Amino acid sequence: MGDEVVLLDFWPSVFGMRVRIALAEKGIEYEYKDDNLRNKSDLLLKMNPVHKKVPVLIHNGKPVCESLIIVQYIDEVWKDKSPLLPSDPHQRAHARFWADFVDQKVYAVGRKLWETKREEQEAANKDFLETFKTLETELGEKPYFGGETFGFVDISLITFYSRFYLYERFGKLSMEAEFPKIVAWAKRCLQKESVANTLPDQKKIYEFHMKWFGLE
Amino acid sequence: MADEVVLLDFWPSMFGMRVRIALAEKGIKYQYKEEDLRHKSELLLKMNPVHKQIPLLIHNGKPVCESLIIVQYIDEVWNHKSPLLPSDPYQRAHARFWADFVDRKVYGVGRKLWATKGEEQEAAKKEFLEIYKTLESELGEKPYFGGETFGFVDLSFVTFYSWFYVYENFGKFSMEAEFPQIVAWVKRCMQKESIANTLPDQKKIYEFVLELKKIFGLE
Repeated sequence: MGDEVVLLDFWPSVFGMRVRIALAEKGIEYEYKDDNLRNKSDLLLKMNPVHKKVPVLIHNGKPVCESLIIVQYIDEVWKDKSPLLPSDPHQRAHARFWADFVDQKVYAVGRKLWETKREEQEAANKDFLETFKTLETELGEKPYFGGETFGFVDISLITFYSRFYLYERFGKLSMEAEFPKIVAWAKRCLQKESVANTLPDQKKIYEFHMKWFGLE
Repeated sequence: MADEVVLLDFWPSMFGMRVRIALAEKGIKYQYKEEDLRHKSELLLKMNPVHKQIPLLIHNGKPVCESLIIVQYIDEVWNHKSPLLPSDPYQRAHARFWADFVDRKVYGVGRKLWATKGEEQEAAKKEFLEIYKTLESELGEKPYFGGETFGFVDLSFVTFYSWFYVYENFGKFSMEAEFPQIVAWVKRCMQKESIANTLPDQKKIYEFVLELKKIFGLE
């Protein structure tokens, strides 16, 4: 029986990108539907009435919401190739912890860099630097957050690489100078087809944000 | 080989209570260590340097943090009895979604209800009622959020029952009048030993909140 897989997404969404990478890692064929978040489709509102957000995976008509929950679902259903989570329960808990850290912190501290008033810019920068410093420490000398192989935590964070130029412009910082290990890790991840084919160009993301948030 | 299980926790924490219930459901013996959150122990700071928060499970010396992550860990390690998550991946995703909803919405709005005044409190009350209405709709006619049996979503939410008197008092409404299905569900859950033995008395929590308000000058 053929699986019917549909992904409701929005091309600049770092959360949607996670799902696109997971689907690519597993070699799953799917229909991509781009939803403009300022004009949400009926399908989105029907499939995710609680949050009305992308990404939403619709598998044989049934919706799965929240990017990290979708990625775990994909890993559990298509379990025959490219495992995304470790098999050991403690390592799995460790992976969930760091993916949750990314979810709790990275999106918000990144957004504050351009949302914040001038007086608060310094505090926003400080938060941003601390958050990424914590991540750089956790990465350490490992090739991936998951250890030897690309995994759940890597997927949860790599999509933010598409925003690095945006962060550098608004935070007036250099990601490579501040976080050389993270940038090296990102470049390593980009050697993977699933990642390289998914992440939009950083300049495109920058221009999108400038327009979308009226920052020009 | 005997397992060494330690739980660092704080008695009024709904998050800590989740872990206590999970451990009880699985019949796991453990050492409970009460943390004073204004004077965090070195053990806590060492085992959870990132968030410095409870609950924190230490299993054979290795820490696991974040209550829902701990509960999933417990379910996976002690998988011989009382499964907390469904085995079907779709149902599992559904359970994770609703537990995540509880995490993101229920704690914050409840806190706003007792920690704020005036317009802010009015707005919090409105939000609170909407969020609980969503949960009541999701529960529907089912005996548990998980369906026929108590599960992950039930676990993630039932611990807030110990705070219902606080919410009612500061929000000036009756949980039973507003959310009869949720209250019926809670009473059903309370028939389980693991829950009845874990949840602190609502009045004790209320007194704790009064103390907190004094300490933080929120009166």
